[in-house]
Formats: sequence, C-alpha cells, structure tokens
Amino acid sequence: MGYDPNNPMEGRISDLGPPYYGDFLPPVIKENKGKWLYHEILEPGITVHVSETGAECYTVRCGTARLMSIEHIREICDIADAHCDGYLRFTTRNNVEFMVDSKDKVQALVDDLKSRGNKFPIGGTGACVTNIVHTQGWVHCHTPATDASGPVKAVMDELFEYFGSMKLPAQVRIALACCLNMCGAVHASDIALLGVHRKPPMIDHDRITGVCELPLAVAACPLGAVKPAKAKNSKGEDVKSVKVNNDRCMFCGNCYTMCPAMPLADPEGDGMAILVGGKVSNSKSAPKFSKMVIPFLPNNPPRWPEVVDAVKNILEVYAKNANKYERVGEWAERIGWEKFFELCDIPFTDKCVDDYRLAYDTWRTTTQFKYTSATASYTG
Amino acid sequence: MAKHDTPLLDELEKGPWPSFVSDMKRQAETKPECWDILGQLELSYKDKITHWKHGGIVGVFGYGGGIVGRYSDVPEQFPGVEHFHTVRVNQPSSKYYTTKNLRQLMDLWEKHGSGMTNMHGSTGDIILLGTRTENLELFFWDLTHEMGQDLGGSGSNLRTPACCLGQSRCEWACYDTQEICHKLTLHYQDEIHRPAFPYKFKFKFSGCPNDCVAAIARSDFAVIGTWKDDIQIDQEAVKAYMNGEYPSNGGAHRDGDWGPFDITKEVINLCPTNCMSMEGDELKIDNAECTRCMHCINVMPRALRPGKEKGATICMGAKAPILDGAQFATMVIPFIEVSADNDFENVIDVIETVWDWWMEVGKNRERVGETMQRVGLPTFLSVMNVKHMPQHIKEPRSNPYVFWKDEEVPGGFERDIVEFRKRHAA
Repeated sequence: MGYDPNNPMEGRISDLGPPYYGDFLPPVIKENKGKWLYHEILEPGITVHVSETGAECYTVRCGTARLMSIEHIREICDIADAHCDGYLRFTTRNNVEFMVDSKDKVQALVDDLKSRGNKFPIGGTGACVTNIVHTQGWVHCHTPATDASGPVKAVMDELFEYFGSMKLPAQVRIALACCLNMCGAVHASDIALLGVHRKPPMIDHDRITGVCELPLAVAACPLGAVKPAKAKNSKGEDVKSVKVNNDRCMFCGNCYTMCPAMPLADPEGDGMAILVGGKVSNSKSAPKFSKMVIPFLPNNPPRWPEVVDAVKNILEVYAKNANKYERVGEWAERIGWEKFFELCDIPFTDKCVDDYRLAYDTWRTTTQFKYTSATASYTG
Repeated sequence: MAKHDTPLLDELEKGPWPSFVSDMKRQAETKPECWDILGQLELSYKDKITHWKHGGIVGVFGYGGGIVGRYSDVPEQFPGVEHFHTVRVNQPSSKYYTTKNLRQLMDLWEKHGSGMTNMHGSTGDIILLGTRTENLELFFWDLTHEMGQDLGGSGSNLRTPACCLGQSRCEWACYDTQEICHKLTLHYQDEIHRPAFPYKFKFKFSGCPNDCVAAIARSDFAVIGTWKDDIQIDQEAVKAYMNGEYPSNGGAHRDGDWGPFDITKEVINLCPTNCMSMEGDELKIDNAECTRCMHCINVMPRALRPGKEKGATICMGAKAPILDGAQFATMVIPFIEVSADNDFENVIDVIETVWDWWMEVGKNRERVGETMQRVGLPTFLSVMNVKHMPQHIKEPRSNPYVFWKDEEVPGGFERDIVEFRKRHAA
C-alpha cells in the first residue's frame, strides 16, 4: 500500500506535528537536562557544559553553508555516528554541533572534522563573527533583489579569521535578507545586509487582469502610489489595470507580492544596503533595530567585492575602537553616529536620514553633537 | 540533465568557508537535477536577476500550508528545475537529531526531491528545496507513514513554533522551552496546517533574556524566560573570578588582549541599573532595582545564576519592516508561570485571547503588532484583560490627546446646547 492518486484520502495521516525531541537528545543531555551548572568556552568553537551531577558535555560547533545537500548531511551523520553515538544538533544560526560526553573524545572529533577540507570550520562561539543567517536569494526566491548564499560565502571567506577566534569586543551577528520582506529578519543584527530595489514596478497590462485582484494591488501600497487606471494591452485593447505614481514609490515590493503583473527587479536597479547596530539580546541595553549606514551597493556577482569590503571595514573599525562587551550598536551610540560615519569613513548622504513614518524620532533635537569632518564647512 | 559551465559560481568554490557550489556539484553526481539548479543560478549571476516565477499554489490535500510553490522562468534551458517547490518539515524542538532520523529523511528526499536542503529555514523548519508537483503527495505519504513526521506552516497561519535549546544544555533557561514548544505545536496542528488568520503568526520560546531564538524581534508571541526573586550568588566563585581563576564571560573573550578581569569595570559599572556594588570582598545586588538583563550572569556564569522562582515574560507583536516599519514585541505580561504540570493552560489562555480578538479585528495581511498599533496599546491591553502599568511603557505620553470614554466623565458626553446657550450667549 502507498499513496493512491485515485483515492487520495485513503489511508491518509495528517496533523502529526514534529517528532518528540526527547527521543533525539544525546544521553548526557537527556540525563542532565535542567541540571546544568555552568559552561565555559575552552577554545573557539569548543564549549564544555558542567552539570551538578558532575557530568560534562563537550560541544564542537562548526559553520555550514545552510544550503546543503543530502550527501553533506549524510557526511554530518557519519561524523556523529563515529564520535557522538549518533546524535547532533543544529543551531538557530545554521551551525552544526557535535557533542561528546568526555574530554577524551574531543580531539579525535576535532581531528576528524579538520581532515575534511573546508567543510567543517570550527568556531562561532563567544566574541566572534558567527555564521550569517540568511534567506534564499536567486537560489529559490521570486522577489529577491540580490543573491543570499553567494554573498554570504564571500563575506564569510573574508571574515573567516573572526569565525575561528574570539578577539572582538563582543559577538557580532551578521544577517542577510535578499529583499525588504526580510524573511531573514535582519532588522536586529549588528551588521545587516539587505537586498534593495531602486526602480518602480513595471505593469504587465497583458496579464494584470488575469492574475491580480486590482483592489488588493492598490491596497498593497503603503504610500497610495498605486491607483486603478484604464490601460491598453499589447493588442491595443482597453483593460482595467493600475498606474504607479513613481515619485511616491519607496521600492518595497509589496505590490509585486500581491500582484505578479508588477515586477520590479532589475539588474542595475537592485543591490544591497548595509544597516548596522541592531541587537536582539536584552543584555545591558534593550534590543535595538539596525540602522542604515550605506543605502546602496551594486550587485557584483560572484563575490560582491563592494559589500565584502564595506562589512570588513565596519567590523575592523568596531574591533579597534569598541570597549569590551560593547555591541556594534552600543559602541555607535556611545561615540555618536556622527563619529561612527567619520571613523568608518562612510560618506553620509540624505538617504540615511529617515523620511518615512516616525522619522521625527530619529532627528536630532538637541544642541549636543560632536564636530566631525561633516561639520568642517561651518567650523573651518 | 546536462552539466552546465558555471564560471561565475566556480569562483565561490575558492576560500576557506564551506562552499555550497562544491557541495551541489558533489550532489549532482547522483542527482543530476542539481546541475540545473547550478545552471539557473549561474544565469542569475550573469543576468543579476532571479529566474523564478512569481507564485504557484501547490500543496497536499487537506493542508493550506507547508509547501511553497516555485517554477522556473527558463524551464526549457533547465528542465530539472521546471517545478522547484519547497517543502517545510516541522523540526524537533531545539533541532537535536539522531543520525537515524536524519538519514531516513535524506533517503526520502533523495527519492522524491532535488537532494538540496536548508538546515534550517529562518522560522526553524527543515527546508527541503525543490521538487515537482506530482511528487508532493508521494513525499507526504512517506513522511507521515514511514517517519511519523509532518509539514510545518506557511501562509496566513500559525507558523512552525521554535525554541532555544533551553534546559537541555543551558544553565540559564528559566522554563522548559522544548516542552512548551513541542506541546503547543501539537496542540495547534489545525492552526498550523489550515490558514484561517489575517496573516502569519509566530510563537518563539527563549529560555532567558539573552533570547537566542530572537523571539522579541521575530515573533508575534514571544515567551522569554525570567525570574521574580533574587539572582543566586556564589561569593566564593565571585572571588575566583576576581582572582583570575575563572575566565570572564564563560571564556568568550579568550583571544582578546583585554588585561586582567576587573569586576568594577566589567560588571558593576556596566549594570544598566547600577544595582550592584562591592562590600568588602562580597558582591551585593539590590535585586529590587534589577531589570534581569543577564549581563552580570553572562560575565560570571559560575558565580551568578538566575533566581529560583522562574517563569517568563510575554511580549507580543514583533515583525520585520514590511510595511509600516519593524517592530519589536511589546511587553504585555510581566510574569507568568510556564509549567507542563498544567499543560501550559495559562499560556494557552493568553494565546487564545489574542487570537479571538485579532481574527475578528485584524485586517487582511495585518500582523498582530500592526493591529496593536492601529488600535493603540491601551485598547489592546484591555482586550487582553491586562491592567495597564508603567512597565508597559518606556515613558508616559507627551501629547495631551487622551481618548476619554463617555462613562469616564461625570455626566457623560450627551449635553443640551439649548440649555448651554441659556447661560452662554453665542
């Protein structure tokens, strides 16, 4: 018996939910759940957790490309079978973790991982650049303004030494979302790479009547830039369609999400913005949003050199100037954003001044500011 | 499917970070459709634009989510990716696996799909990337019958809940994130598989305010562990940190040249509420002033621990910027006990209160955080039966435009203009 297309509901099982996690916990984890006393990162990527029972769990963390094949996952399973009694886990930031219950087992595991070329870089703990969380990009998505896996690979190649070491002032979380929908939720990352469009949607008058609910397309625009309109299709026939007030378009792409006949992606129009200073943790300061510091860099596949250089520059200026424990956003706020732009040598443009909703909250309404090169024409 | 030249992608085989291109080429040896993934991606690298069409509604019978339809716009060139639908498989709590389970899933995906995956998607699912419409039911049959597993969420429904690793391997988790994530996912199977909401709705469970699953940034309903009594202190361990016997921050700064540990500089002066001090060689914490941010505990994990009376704070309404701007989740319930002993009944009550309201008043494609903004926090808190308190705000309003209600003003709103005019000539 199996699936019968003529009788699709026959024997169907549904609503099972996820497998029970308790069946997947390594014995040392299962036995000590809720009993852990403390942890210590012994070296980059290798952490010990110590239980009140005296048990220890050694975890070796490795980066992955997130986009991975079944062959690669089978190789991960081979490693876990050889060293970890057939257990492993993934982290929320796309790392894979191999756990053993004794220090004696760590070296053989590490040697095995290191023997497999560049497939299992060890690191991603503590004051490092851990793995980049990201979206699908050109590999699988219909709305992207850039690729995801490619730029992530290029950035991590360049920042590799920071993945396998813990010499930064604090952890630096980098994230990439390939369009403004932000499936990657990069709005609270130390350094966020965001695919952006810069050309308003085109309107496919031949298809719009067939594939779109016009009122939904109109309602999709947060700025009221999409209006119902009569238009002529390519055969010269009158059709009900929409028009776009290009001056009001903020290139969010929400109209395309609702209406496939309004594509806006473009090889020259699209690229990446860089936002910095966000954080999720409540430690010390409250969670912060990432702020735009570079409004646009071009898509330059296969290695996005402009993006890679910009990220590395920001990271290294931060590494040199921030205090211990200070996240990128905490550092930028302490020194002032005017100093951030000066130190990072990033040209400040009108694009970084908010003119959307709640923009006023970001305007400076005090006489307190620092003089930088940006004010030189007033003070010179 | 033929091998394609991929000179641009080949550049991504260089460098020290794992290469998805090399990995995909290896997979293509046994799954030739991977050549077409590479071929189409190479074309995107050349054209600087996606080659995936918009949309495509596909799924399995009885479910309105879990599969994301995708079609190539150049299928003649790359027939192996003509259909390239994504399957979201609900991950186990905290993403622990046995190799037996993973191997079985990989065998299914070899049989029914492209051979490529994401471990994991942004919301937490196992993402199986790329299959044809006619394979969907066959895969689903095998997934449910052979593995006893199920799809996750997509569309305007409850998305697959996610949690941090919690008490399984973390000393800070203030409740069992894995158990509540698992139990509520089972409890709400209908809401996950059959879209009936105005828009997506996400649960995320973090065990402490470090918030390792980004609940406060990414979930409509964020349950974040906290405590209500005093931080536990081991004064001997404090001394050991001060004497340099234990590394600060759990060893997280080992490679930096930061000099010897300085408890005043690194802990006491960085406390956001200045509620810590040294009295002789004893560390004192004024717990009534503590906001439970975790910094001191993070820095001295062997000396300080969260209190013993643990539970969670519930924050609601986070979302990414589309459309009105990003929102963090707003603190709604300062403390709630989270316990399997009552099957999480008290948390379920809160969830169903917000759903009942949001399903009625939420507009199409309006996240609950946007509905909250539209009606205002005072109204929302009333809906939630939560008494307004200063903890709900950063600061009181600075404008005077209060929405007084009829019943709040003596005599009410109805007045007689004729009577008024008798005393006040126009």
